[in-house]
Amino acid sequence: MNRAPLIFLGAFLALSFSWAGLVLSNQVGYGTLAPHFDDTENKAYPGQLPGLSARGALVYQDLGCVYCHTQQVRGGEPSADLARKWGERESYARDYLRDTHVQLGENRIGPDLRNFGARAPSAGSPAAAAALYQHLDNPSSVVPGSTMPAYTFLFTTRKISGDPSPEALAVPGVPAGSELVPTERAVTLVTYLLGLKDTYDYPVERRLNTPPAPKAEGKK
Amino acid sequence: MSAAPAQPTSAESGEIDASLKVPVIVLLAFAILWLLGASALGVIAAIKLHTPAFLGGCEFLTYGRVYPAALNALAYGWGMNAGLAVALWLMARLARGTLPSGGLLIVATVFWNIGVKLGVLGILAGDSNSITWLEMPAYVVPFLLVAYALIAAWVLAVLRRGTSPYLYVSQWYVLAALFWFPWLYSAAQLMLVFRPVHGTVQAIVAAWYSHGLLGLWFGSLGLALIYYFIPKVVGKPIRGYYLSSLAFWAYAIFTAWTGVSRLAGAPVPAWTQTAGRTASFMLLVPLGIIVVNLFLTLADGLGALATSMVLRFITVAAVVFVLCTVRGVILALPSWAGITQLTWFATASDYVLLYGVFSMAVFGAVYYLMPRLVRRAWPFAGLIQVHFWFALIGLVVGVVSLSLGGLQQGRDLANDKIAFADVTAHALPYLQAATIAGIILTLGHLAFAFNFVKLVICPQHRAASAAAPLPAALTVPPPELQATAR
Repeated sequence: MNRAPLIFLGAFLALSFSWAGLVLSNQVGYGTLAPHFDDTENKAYPGQLPGLSARGALVYQDLGCVYCHTQQVRGGEPSADLARKWGERESYARDYLRDTHVQLGENRIGPDLRNFGARAPSAGSPAAAAALYQHLDNPSSVVPGSTMPAYTFLFTTRKISGDPSPEALAVPGVPAGSELVPTERAVTLVTYLLGLKDTYDYPVERRLNTPPAPKAEGKK
Repeated sequence: MSAAPAQPTSAESGEIDASLKVPVIVLLAFAILWLLGASALGVIAAIKLHTPAFLGGCEFLTYGRVYPAALNALAYGWGMNAGLAVALWLMARLARGTLPSGGLLIVATVFWNIGVKLGVLGILAGDSNSITWLEMPAYVVPFLLVAYALIAAWVLAVLRRGTSPYLYVSQWYVLAALFWFPWLYSAAQLMLVFRPVHGTVQAIVAAWYSHGLLGLWFGSLGLALIYYFIPKVVGKPIRGYYLSSLAFWAYAIFTAWTGVSRLAGAPVPAWTQTAGRTASFMLLVPLGIIVVNLFLTLADGLGALATSMVLRFITVAAVVFVLCTVRGVILALPSWAGITQLTWFATASDYVLLYGVFSMAVFGAVYYLMPRLVRRAWPFAGLIQVHFWFALIGLVVGVVSLSLGGLQQGRDLANDKIAFADVTAHALPYLQAATIAGIILTLGHLAFAFNFVKLVICPQHRAASAAAPLPAALTVPPPELQATAR
């Protein structure tokens, strides 16, 4: 019986060992990593998320998008992420400094979204948001065979009063005199998704993360 | 069960069982309710993966809500209630201590379950943290920690009141697990939810927690039960018992480190991934000892497998423990990790430990301990068989289909010639098979729950009980056999 304190102490030390070794050492090692200030552009990377995007990140979180979509681009063999155009380069730890809540994801039931804003249909033009609204409202109308849920509850049908909304979805089945428009949550979510892009190539990261020899494992 | 001497301690263990009866039954009743709830949510989530229109348009039942709700109902509803119930019973049995009046324990159990219920409803309502195994919103965390502390304190109280001069290895695992869970949970909550660390350190904390919860809580309790029941039912002492403490310490040290092997390829430092990989290999040390301890003991009394349903559940748990540790080692190999990471293969590994090791061991334990607590036999012996076979078949079908589906998914993803729509399409048959597995498991759970309810409240059984002697089929070798090697 008097060995119970010993077991407790040992159990405490065993778990402390892993905590110090994995969590604490990494926190000390790069927990205070700072954004990179680019002198030529006079801008810090990664930049802060704009307010609307930050709210969209919360919608992304409450809808549980992370269970089907990763946000990490992997390089090296055997990953085909770069060939799939999921990013111009693999993700660096520094890319995630702007995320209050990092959602790397664990399963690719859907495609990776880390650079969705860079590759979305008609990215960069106002039509990108319209395409994404339609995708969220009815995924299989955009991608046949998609198993993504239809987020119809992010949209609402309302009477047109005055001018029709520029954001109204061009879908069939909306009664005459009414329009299907995105709710505020849909607007923030779409802003967040279209803002997802890690296109800035950090000079320091490129040097640190590029394997010196061709025969590399592709791990950073 | 083999021919065994009459129990010299039967009066005493009767007294212990009487003191445990109400709290353990309350914990198990909540556990089983959650198991049914988690099964329903899990089957809904599984169907949605291949038929997204099923219950579509309902915000709180979208996949991103119902899946984490199922996970949390399973882990914190079923897993924690059942784990604490068996921890309490095992500790009382092995320490030979009675439970002091358990009123506060029952209040704490109710509080824990209110906390989990608020947490699961919070996830469905959209307050999820979206961190796997930590989704329950921050407002239930203090609730859960206080309730947990109150329940765990009773297990320690039982140990202190115990008269046994020994501390068996099962108790080591229970003691350590009781302590590890609040340590892991509070550290992870602090670093991820209340004061989140920056950048991908969050992913490391989350991986450390996930694996700690699975390996150090569910795995440890599963091992505690396996170490207790195999010698108990077989009626032979543990082979090489002196090695089991070494296995315990090696398991304790390396398990939490293996968590980061699930971050292979993620944007975290390469040395961290290597450390996780190394730890996965080091787990082969305790695994080897555990195999010697358990399977040599089991080989001494294989005949008991034919008659004892308890031993069948426990043996499945032991075999799955070995397979899933070996699976962890294979997955840590970089060539495999590149394919299996971020697929169903990796996800299935978590279910294997939680369901195949922990839950199977708990099922076995409940079939053993409940008749002793209520002093009457299970009303439907056939339903135990049904539960066993449904659990085993469901487990095998589920794990095999998700693993094969995961390999397919991983190979497809690694080939950029295959469009993503085809990746999805190729995975569908495997996901349909997994749904069938989920339904089979759920049917097994219904059989289990029905038998449990009948055992506890059936009036005609109650009439015959009272001071009746323990049914002959329930007599077993005395607990000392577990440690005669010491």
